[in-house]
Amino acid sequence: MTKEEFLKGFQEQFDDTDVTQISFDTKFRELEEWSSMMALIIIAFIDEKYSKTLSGEDFKNCNTVEDLFQLLNNK
Amino acid sequence: MALIEVQNVQIRGISACVPKKKVSTVELDFFTNKDAEIFIQNTGIVERYISEGDICASDLCLQAAEKILTELAWQKDEIDILIFVSQSSDYILPATSNLLQSRLGLSQNCYCLDISLGCSGYIYGLSLVSNLLQNSKFNKGLLLVGDTISTYTSKFDKSVYPLFGDAGTATAIEYEKHSNANWIFDIGSDGTGSDAIKIKAGGSRFRTNKNSFDLEYIDINDPSQGRRSSADLILNGIDVFNFAIKKAPNSIFNILKYVSKATDDIDYFFLHQANLFMNETIRKKLKVDKDKLPNSIQNFGNTNGASIPLTIVHTFNNFIQKNDFSVMLCGFGVGLSWGSVLLDLNKSLKTNMSYYHG
Repeated sequence: MTKEEFLKGFQEQFDDTDVTQISFDTKFRELEEWSSMMALIIIAFIDEKYSKTLSGEDFKNCNTVEDLFQLLNNK
Repeated sequence: MALIEVQNVQIRGISACVPKKKVSTVELDFFTNKDAEIFIQNTGIVERYISEGDICASDLCLQAAEKILTELAWQKDEIDILIFVSQSSDYILPATSNLLQSRLGLSQNCYCLDISLGCSGYIYGLSLVSNLLQNSKFNKGLLLVGDTISTYTSKFDKSVYPLFGDAGTATAIEYEKHSNANWIFDIGSDGTGSDAIKIKAGGSRFRTNKNSFDLEYIDINDPSQGRRSSADLILNGIDVFNFAIKKAPNSIFNILKYVSKATDDIDYFFLHQANLFMNETIRKKLKVDKDKLPNSIQNFGNTNGASIPLTIVHTFNNFIQKNDFSVMLCGFGVGLSWGSVLLDLNKSLKTNMSYYHG
């Protein structure tokens, strides 16, 4: 998994957010479109694309897109 | 993998009953129009029916049972088994099935039992009733599955309150000596996930006391998440989602592998209705078309154990069935617990849908 692919995939999960608003430093919970459902959508994306599972606890410990990427890479 | 096989049983009828009170997602005061639109798009839930006042799951099941008995012209003294599956019983004790035996006017020889399971409960209930019918002198069984979980959610918990609807169902199952029926079950349990869906207070581990109903912030650092008490339902969406999108397809594939069939050989898949996005994710893993996996969550929300029979009734109620259908049913959730069954629904299956009239 390349870092850029992950970012692009992450951005594609959002319908109403401009991709320029989402970078590795973005605190995804601060995005206007973020909701508890978005968390499930991101988890389904990671499950489908990378066959990896992020638990609720894992997710809680991530604030930025970079955090998510690093966590995945270490799984 | 746990597999159970049962022969010589047939589902004759399924009925469902919901309370009259309908709540639309767009009416919820904590949602802006935009919030409601996104919520509907993701969860699928447009509206649901909720219990008001003192309507219990047993009341909804009672009406559903009366309707299906009438429809099938079954006599009450013929009913040998009454299983009540619910997590919103009338009392801590006695068992609600005992009360229902008397309220329905069933024989004192009727085998009555309560099962405390939620989303997977219909499958477990079917496995029990069918096994009893196959291995005893009993001929007719009623499986009553219902819940009023909406009444255990905090109105101030935005992530839980809009999800749950209430319903009661009745499934009439009969022993049939010369049938080619062959029901195949796959079931499982994982108590390590017990915190993912929980009502903490009210059992004997945490008795209710004068503070049990005090509302507290779900996350003290983020008041926008709302408030709930220790007697309200807790739902950890992420952990349940992870569990469901793995266990549900695995369980279904276990059965298909066992009978050497493919998803194409199955006419319909009926999944527990928790969240449309979740069911879409599972559907993609199963690689089945949308019209083979009907959902009813749009109209009823998550009705816990009642969701599978409710969806079957909702799908077949106004539909002339020309052939027998092979159906795969799969329930998954609170426990954590899951179960699937492959069975045939006969073309003479009777269905009934009603609103509770008290």
